[in-house]
Amino acid sequence: MISFLRKHKYLIDYTLSTLVRNKGKSFALLTVYTLIIFMLASVMLFTHALRKEAVSMLENSPEIIVQRLQAGRNALVPEEYLQKIGKLRGVTQKSGRLWGYYYDPAVKANYTVMTAGQASLPITEIIIGAGIARTRGLSLGDYLTLRSQSGEAYSFKVSKLLDRKSELVTTDLLLMSPLAFRRLFDIPEGFYSDLVLSVRNPREVRKVAEKLVLLLPDSRPILREEILRTYDSVFSWRQGVIFVLLMGSILAFVIFAWDKASGLSAEERREIGILKAVGWETSDVMRMKFWEGAIISLVAFLLGYLAAYAHVFFASAGLFESVLKGWAVLYPRFQLTPIVDGLQLATLFFFTVLPYILATIIPVWRTSITDPDAVMR
Amino acid sequence: MRRSNTFLVCLLVMLAGFFFTIFVSCFQQRQTPVAVVQAGNLVRELGLTDLALFTEARYTRHPTQTDLHSPFQDHPGAIEHFPSGSILPPPSGLLQ
Repeated sequence: MISFLRKHKYLIDYTLSTLVRNKGKSFALLTVYTLIIFMLASVMLFTHALRKEAVSMLENSPEIIVQRLQAGRNALVPEEYLQKIGKLRGVTQKSGRLWGYYYDPAVKANYTVMTAGQASLPITEIIIGAGIARTRGLSLGDYLTLRSQSGEAYSFKVSKLLDRKSELVTTDLLLMSPLAFRRLFDIPEGFYSDLVLSVRNPREVRKVAEKLVLLLPDSRPILREEILRTYDSVFSWRQGVIFVLLMGSILAFVIFAWDKASGLSAEERREIGILKAVGWETSDVMRMKFWEGAIISLVAFLLGYLAAYAHVFFASAGLFESVLKGWAVLYPRFQLTPIVDGLQLATLFFFTVLPYILATIIPVWRTSITDPDAVMR
Repeated sequence: MRRSNTFLVCLLVMLAGFFFTIFVSCFQQRQTPVAVVQAGNLVRELGLTDLALFTEARYTRHPTQTDLHSPFQDHPGAIEHFPSGSILPPPSGLLQ
């Protein structure tokens, strides 16, 4: 066992000497290889962590949301719908939501205006998300003036800022009392933007949604599972789009690495011939070349992955921020929780490290089984 | 120090870093961070449905709440024109 390990250590020594002898080539290959793995791993780590974060937050969203459609557009839902829905078996809680959008021309951004859940707010006070506070330069006690549907200006006092840690879902939120909301947007009493329902048995959610459509033909139920599925597909799509953009550089690298690994130069052929002539066996030459491929690809994989991890989780994916995160005037600032998907990591390893090692060994095997004299000539 | 020893030490350090990230990930998966729990509570209390990633249009701010035609409702013959529309996927029906 010890002699086996010692033999491989000598082989690594020899391989490293060969790599150092061709410093320029080896360094260029290692840099490009590391960069490719860094880019792919950054995209994978970022999208997976964001998807996980989205799922953990949005699994608390309402079980069923009921919208009303009129001529293909969302319309206000009358209060009577709540009473009609109350007759459905399995529905435990039901309430109306008031929410909408407000375009602020001062910063050219849309706010999401909602009524404040359990917290009862005075009619003249609002709670705002961290993104609005940052963009408008507002802090506690400041006033924000909003123009109502009828053109009147209403000033609201900022009574609370929403926690910065929840920016991913609250950055553009503006919460106010139901009365203030109705006055601002001229929504009459007895109407809601949509309705939210809770169902006692989670397995009955789909059945309840089916009954809803029969009971209220103009309604459109949206299930929590559909919300989660939408976000899953949003991030998969985005990951795919970035991979397609990266495809050009990946293909360039594949051609470069394949050429370097599989096409042996005359110098390398001569080296193999000399090694065989001084007594190396075919298996030794192949082991040496295996180590050459393994050293370059393993080091590139580990360096690229670790750099991507630091880039995504410590530097907030700063290099590809605009492409990976998207952009908006009210963009949330958030730090992702470092969660890695083992399957994605294994896929990256098998598609980047193994092909390179195989591409190194096969041509060497072809050369090293031929006569050393013929190879050297 | 022999080259192989230097290399193996560097490789061990990188492998330790690699497995440390996996360990941190497993730990984080078991225990939901406080910030995510707090945000989740707010989502439950306010009945939130979407991430505030793209705030420019209603179909990008609340992609789960809009109907399939909303990107094209601005005026007759309107086409979808916001930049995040190129990053958000089209409805699944169009992809089939």
